[in-house]
Amino acid sequence: MRRKLFERFVERAIFLSGIAAVILVVLIFVFLLKESIAFFSQVNFFTTLFNKDWYPISEPPKFGFLPLILGSVFVTFGAIVIAVPFGVAAAIYISEVAPSRIKDILKTGIELLAAIPSIVLGFIGIVALAPLIKYVFRLPSGLTALAGSIMLAFMAMPTIVSIVEDALTSVPKSYKEGSLALGATHWQTIRRVILPAAFPGIVAAVMLGIGRVIGETMAVLMITGNAAILPHSLLQPVRTLTATIAAEMGEVIQGSLHYYSLFGIGFVLFVITFFINLMADMFLHRKRF
Amino acid sequence: MEKEKIIKVESLDFFYGKFQALINVNLRVEKNQITALIGPSGCGKSTFLRCLNRMNDLIDGIRISGSIQIEGKEILDSQIDLVTLRKKVGMVFQRPNPFPLSVFENIAFGPRVHRLARGEELESIVRHSLESVLLWDELKDTLNKNALSLTLEQQQRLCIARLVAVKPEVLLMDEPCSTLDPMATLKIEELMRILKKDFTILIVTHNMQQAARVSDFTGFFLMGELIEFDATSSIFTAPGDKRTEEYITGRFG
Ligand SMILES: Nc1ncnc2c1ncn2[C@@H]1O[C@H](COP(=O)(O)OP(=O)(O)OP(=O)(O)O)[C@@H](O)[C@H]1O
Ligand SMILES: [Mg+2]
Repeated sequence: MRRKLFERFVERAIFLSGIAAVILVVLIFVFLLKESIAFFSQVNFFTTLFNKDWYPISEPPKFGFLPLILGSVFVTFGAIVIAVPFGVAAAIYISEVAPSRIKDILKTGIELLAAIPSIVLGFIGIVALAPLIKYVFRLPSGLTALAGSIMLAFMAMPTIVSIVEDALTSVPKSYKEGSLALGATHWQTIRRVILPAAFPGIVAAVMLGIGRVIGETMAVLMITGNAAILPHSLLQPVRTLTATIAAEMGEVIQGSLHYYSLFGIGFVLFVITFFINLMADMFLHRKRF
Repeated sequence: MEKEKIIKVESLDFFYGKFQALINVNLRVEKNQITALIGPSGCGKSTFLRCLNRMNDLIDGIRISGSIQIEGKEILDSQIDLVTLRKKVGMVFQRPNPFPLSVFENIAFGPRVHRLARGEELESIVRHSLESVLLWDELKDTLNKNALSLTLEQQQRLCIARLVAVKPEVLLMDEPCSTLDPMATLKIEELMRILKKDFTILIVTHNMQQAARVSDFTGFFLMGELIEFDATSSIFTAPGDKRTEEYITGRFG
């Protein structure tokens, strides 16, 4: 009798903690929505999204999200272009080529990379990367979208490597044997059989990498130059959605339109990351043929 | 008259680490014949088969000595080209293992890898290969279908067709019917009789009737040793060794 009661108690507790996570997400969403409605009810949603001027404290203020969205897009795009080839190559090396000792060392190294606080990466970016970019491209300042992309690539890499590595190792051994038994070389086997079979996992890894990068704040705040202007190349300073919120939240007058506009940015960010994660999930759980 | 021997195995010893899985195996396989390898579980049949295309090389810590000649060429030589060897000696696995690609891509895989053909020529190889495993009529309209959506029997045929496409000399089959139902098994056996005109076939099987039905020669393995090797008809009617007799009459294994 008592055991039965205990069982039911445990069941309830587990159920509640599961539900709590869902409720929390919903609450966050509702809160963001409520605060940003205060903003979006006073401006036109679409002109805000596509307006290219972000001057929140000029008179009259202009709340164009476009430079911020593009700032995030540029930095994220750059980071993914760098992180995906290296990440996938590293994953192939770890799962297919590396002898087991080196494999362990590499995996630990990559976990350590994931554990570096982003502010430390930002710091390294300022003192080491930015001067280099400035020198190589002969720019007035090295604090550019490119600097952000490179640092964020380091942040996305652990996610990408570990998910791709998982996808590669879960490709059935029988595919590999079948290919080798047909006389294909190891590399041909990787390229023609293992990579295609792991493709959904690779796409999911890229998506989650994007999600990781687009939500990152501290490093980009420190090393992208923080200029809310419409970017044309990776060699310009940019301001991302996240950096805008972080930089302005401290100085804004509570309850002002500017204050609510930051929630509007948060809302846009939330929607973007939500969809990216959703897509990643769809690819990850799509049936492997 | 002495028939041509395509495979000659002499004093073959094989070790997984310290464990000896094959002990002094000697045998000669006749060209364009079906040779069955039987024996209780763990006696080394798969190990032996995998020596013939050097698939055991994938396993760490193995050691092998003796001699295996295929068409007069020593394949245990460390200098030999594994790509050429495996093109010549194809393998069909216990579980059908088509690639998760389309039917067409599965067959085109070998010719592509070995740069045998492209374009129309490749298409005709695909067609010919499917025809030779009697799968063309069933699949000719669904060549783009994912191979994993086929029935198990079709998948196993496809795996055989995939080998046929690279024109091997020898087909190694490791319990190719063990995941198939009796009807499908009979059909694959029928296919083997047809394929024997063009290929030399070695088949590992646990199914005594299958060995008796389909093979011309039979070898009986026990604890890593080849106990007896002879024409199938003699093995099954007048086995020379008492252990062979006990095995085929079902007293162990
Ligand atoms: N990778 C391996 N490492 C170590 N030992 C192995 C390995 N593969 C097989 N063995 C051992 O070698 C012996 C022969 O194995 P093998 O797979 O060749 O037997 P088999 O005759 O094919 O058996 P079955 O009929 O069950 O398929 C067995 O005792 C097995 O445990
Ligand atoms: Mg076996």
